[in-house]
Amino acid sequence: MKVPFSWLTEYCDPGLEPEEVAELLSMRAVEVERVTRVGVPSTEGFVVGKVISAEPHPNADRLRVCEVETGEGAQTIVCGAPNVATGQTVAVALPGSRLPDGSKLKLAKLRGIESKGMILSERELELSDEQEGIIVLEGDHEAGSPLDSALPIADAVLELDLNPNRVDCMGVYGVAREVHAVTGAPLADPPWQLDAEATGSEGVEKLASVRVEVPGLCPRFSARAFTGVEIGPSPAWLKARLTAAGMRPISNVVDITNYVMLMTAQPLHAFDLDKLPGGELIIRTAAEAETMTTLDGVERSFDSQTVLVCDRERPAGIAGIMGGLISEVSDETTRVLLEVATWNGPNILRTSARLGLRSDASARYEKQLHPELALRAQRIASRLLVEICGATLEPGTIDVAAEIPAPHRITLRGARADSLLGVRLDRDESKRHLERLGFGVEPVADADLELTVPMHRHFDVSREVDAIEEVGRLHGFDNLPRALPAHADLIGALSLEQQARRRAEDVLRDLGFDEIVTWAFVDPGLADRLRLSADDRRRSAIATANPISEELSRMRATLLGGLLDAARYNAARGAQRLALFESGRVYLAESAPDAGTAEIDPAIAVLAGSFAGRIASPAHEPHRIAAVTIGGLAPGAWVTAESDEVEAAGFYELKGALEVLGAQLGGRVGLVPGSEPFLHPGRAAHIEVDGRPIGWIGELHPLVARAWDLPAANAFELDIAPLVAAATAGDEVYEDVTTFPAVLQDLAVVVAEGVSAQRVREAVRAGGGELLAAADIFDLYRGDQLDQGHKSLALRLQFRAPDRTLTDDEVAAVRARIERELDAIGGALRA
Amino acid sequence: MLERIESLRAQASEAIAAAPDVAALEELRVRYFGRKSELTSILRGISELEPSERGPVGSAANATRLALETELESRLAELEAAEIERSLAGESIDVTLPGAPPVAAGHLHLLTRTRREIEDVFVGLGYRVLEGPEIEHDFYNFTALNHPPGHPARQAQDSFYVDPATLASDVVNDRKRAPGPQDMLLRTHTSPMQVRAMEAQDPPIFVIVPGTVYRRDTIDATHSPMFRQVEGLAVAEGLSLSDLAGTLEHVAKALFGPGRKTRLKPDYFPFTEPSVQVDVSCFACEGSGRLADGSRDSLCKGTGWIEILGAGMVDPNVFGFVEGAYDPETTQGFAFGIGIERVAMLKHRIPDLRLFFENDVRFLRQFA
Repeated sequence: MKVPFSWLTEYCDPGLEPEEVAELLSMRAVEVERVTRVGVPSTEGFVVGKVISAEPHPNADRLRVCEVETGEGAQTIVCGAPNVATGQTVAVALPGSRLPDGSKLKLAKLRGIESKGMILSERELELSDEQEGIIVLEGDHEAGSPLDSALPIADAVLELDLNPNRVDCMGVYGVAREVHAVTGAPLADPPWQLDAEATGSEGVEKLASVRVEVPGLCPRFSARAFTGVEIGPSPAWLKARLTAAGMRPISNVVDITNYVMLMTAQPLHAFDLDKLPGGELIIRTAAEAETMTTLDGVERSFDSQTVLVCDRERPAGIAGIMGGLISEVSDETTRVLLEVATWNGPNILRTSARLGLRSDASARYEKQLHPELALRAQRIASRLLVEICGATLEPGTIDVAAEIPAPHRITLRGARADSLLGVRLDRDESKRHLERLGFGVEPVADADLELTVPMHRHFDVSREVDAIEEVGRLHGFDNLPRALPAHADLIGALSLEQQARRRAEDVLRDLGFDEIVTWAFVDPGLADRLRLSADDRRRSAIATANPISEELSRMRATLLGGLLDAARYNAARGAQRLALFESGRVYLAESAPDAGTAEIDPAIAVLAGSFAGRIASPAHEPHRIAAVTIGGLAPGAWVTAESDEVEAAGFYELKGALEVLGAQLGGRVGLVPGSEPFLHPGRAAHIEVDGRPIGWIGELHPLVARAWDLPAANAFELDIAPLVAAATAGDEVYEDVTTFPAVLQDLAVVVAEGVSAQRVREAVRAGGGELLAAADIFDLYRGDQLDQGHKSLALRLQFRAPDRTLTDDEVAAVRARIERELDAIGGALRA
Repeated sequence: MLERIESLRAQASEAIAAAPDVAALEELRVRYFGRKSELTSILRGISELEPSERGPVGSAANATRLALETELESRLAELEAAEIERSLAGESIDVTLPGAPPVAAGHLHLLTRTRREIEDVFVGLGYRVLEGPEIEHDFYNFTALNHPPGHPARQAQDSFYVDPATLASDVVNDRKRAPGPQDMLLRTHTSPMQVRAMEAQDPPIFVIVPGTVYRRDTIDATHSPMFRQVEGLAVAEGLSLSDLAGTLEHVAKALFGPGRKTRLKPDYFPFTEPSVQVDVSCFACEGSGRLADGSRDSLCKGTGWIEILGAGMVDPNVFGFVEGAYDPETTQGFAFGIGIERVAMLKHRIPDLRLFFENDVRFLRQFA
């Protein structure tokens, strides 16, 4: 909402600068986003002029040479306007004045004749777009008097950022009421106090009729008829106000409807009465797919909830949103039917959203106007139509109205207000503030006020708490003391699962991973690019009904897509090594696990996707951590470590990172060979915790890597909840490992290629029993010294008893059992 | 004889002090303490002396030997240290070459870091951290937050609706427990968790809810269809707008610096009444609107204030949607919502929201 300052101060003038008023409004009433200026930067050099003579230019057909009295004798001014004529009172810019675009007017020779100034058009003063002719001032203005006394050539404009509850401030008078409330400066009498005199001879009832078929959607429909209307351009002051308020002047009748709307917030619509067959208007809902061409020339199709204003034959306008082309006021119009109606706000909002059509009228109607306002607007508009358009008001007003809602009555308890605001308010101050806002106020009891809510706040203020907001804001929210709640139950802490998630993210960061954040939206083609089978639950089943685009239409069911997108983005920009991770949710088309049942451990409920509240969430949203590496994790330093070429080194590096992640949380992460459609079939595993699968790890399938233009990459993804549930970090119990030292022995085992390291380790552990404290693989050898198809694994064994130092005999016995276990899987000790 | 010993001592002392290296010192050791040395023969020949001479000569010779040995050892240590220093001098490296860390430094995303910062401030104030679902029922996102159907604020937050056919069927049936429109949507704010939290816990309640929210905005420098908020909810006996003002002033100081001030302006949210907007004094221009060079501060657009969040007292209608211990007549509490991206952008002068989701490592690695 743009509020021209000169218009605002006509109703309430606190004698302050526009910026000061803006600041006060922002702090106490409604947000003023900015203060702008329209018109000329300075009124200096702009005067009223009288055209003494206007002769043709000797050297140019389209120019006139005028003698203009500007208060300091006649000046010669060359003018290009076709309408300049002797005797006119005109607007003159003298040399040295500054035009709205900032340029300085200079003496200029036009085809050999020096022009000492310029006779101005509306466009040059930014009063309107009109540039065809010069402004001809009406009324009595003395030559040489300052132009701004005759025309609003410079103004400030307050641009309001209004919330939907303050439709009353979508009219200048409503904003003036707020200025009155915050400054105490007197408020002018309401502009609707006086009505026009109905001098017509026919009466509206003879000329027009209105039938409202949907009173629930049209609480009020009023109409007045005007005859003898002279359509023409509006006077300059009116154009200036409209232009400053951001509306384009069109013709006097249309301008008046817009002007009254800008003044009161009540939209109006003028019909050409002669284009309404029989003067009949019917308010009804549309037939499904009924169509009409609106004022903007677009044909629109409606649904059955759209309310239409129709003539006898067809729709003449969409209620509260936009009029139709057929009955629009035109240059030929002489009789006008002025509609001022009240519509059902939610219905207007719905229709406007459905049609994608928002207008100045719908922006007001959708916030629900009070039916009382309609007749006020009729009165103001009637007077202007009579004054400006020479119209005759026909007697009577058609008024089809449902019952007007009774004003709300509220008891404002002083104690409640003080408690909610945290300050002791003075009751007289509150009373004064509410009265300025138009409330009826009666003091009752000790500290309470009995309020009657004015109609312009009827839909915004209906409860005590709403009234507390009013007294609070006018007292000044900013004047409230700054307190802190003092409460015994204020015990803050992150939950264990939140701490564990932070730990997991920190571990990956410390291992050299960069965290990314990607869209929860994915493209439906992702599943195919990941080679997911038709029944794979990671096929991103959940779809939004109204996505921004098809590419962002599904909710992700795996973090892998976003990681690969980010990897491609960076690889394409020259990144050689990438280690990325994301910590976030996936969205699965399953019911959410129910916390508090055996199904879910409350300690990890949120990470598992189980949230507080009476009604379960519509989808399952477990928290996951996923990572991708390209080119290895090794530091990008200038020192290059000489390392043996290990096959699939990237896999083991990422597995190592995963193991550190598990170890730092205190959980033991295990891998079992497994396959995923997007992973290398021979280099993929499922991640397990306590024997339960929680995710996958592996080298990216070359076809998948190719789909993202990536070189070889490794990745993992896991549900973090089960990992956190199995975590023991923080719960460790002391174990004596120093009093009786361990015995260390190495063991080299030759096994067939097909026997996994895991099986070898398990055999060793089975044989080692309780005395084997650890068995760690530290080397893998293949080569000439071994039979074809065999490999040698070297393990470091640690034997220990908690209560004694082991003897050589004891260790030898255990070792013999280990050898027997190894023998059972075809393993032999290497000499 | 005693003179001879004294002369030997002077001679040897001088030689030890003048020995240029360890080898020369070894030669001196042999010359003066060796089996054929004069001092050794003097000591060996003591028995052949007059009894009256044996005492003085013996003690003089022994004292001299001891003294010389000490001098020799000390000279030896000196020479060895000098030799080590000489060899180290040849081993010097360029310490200004870059370090070689065992792993390259990784980075948390700035949004994660900022979320944690905000969480930590509130944990310090005694709040707990809750999280809620991102796919939500209309009831929690709108109806229970005092946005009845047809309310303009529903439109202002253009929502992504979820196609119910793509959800599990039991979920679609379950939604009938929610009053109001039956739609399911991507939550448009973290506020739905207000009602969920109150359903799960009686007052007093002091919680924040960080999380991702969605609005159907076209992506540009300041709009994203997906962004993050931190919701706050405090409900306890006698909580007032002044408590809210004090709490948020503390938070503003913690996030933007101890010198910051805050101001409260009227605002509107359907689920709070009264509602306020909280501005923080600009930290680029110290609230003056002008930078040190006199130019207009672009961060606060010359106003000296930056809008950081919306807040208010929980609307009684919201309490009315919670069954149980939240009597709308007597319950008081406040709520607020902070944009994580907004805080991060302000604090780190990030000009474009899209940088957060582009995941260019050159951007990510700017933030430790």
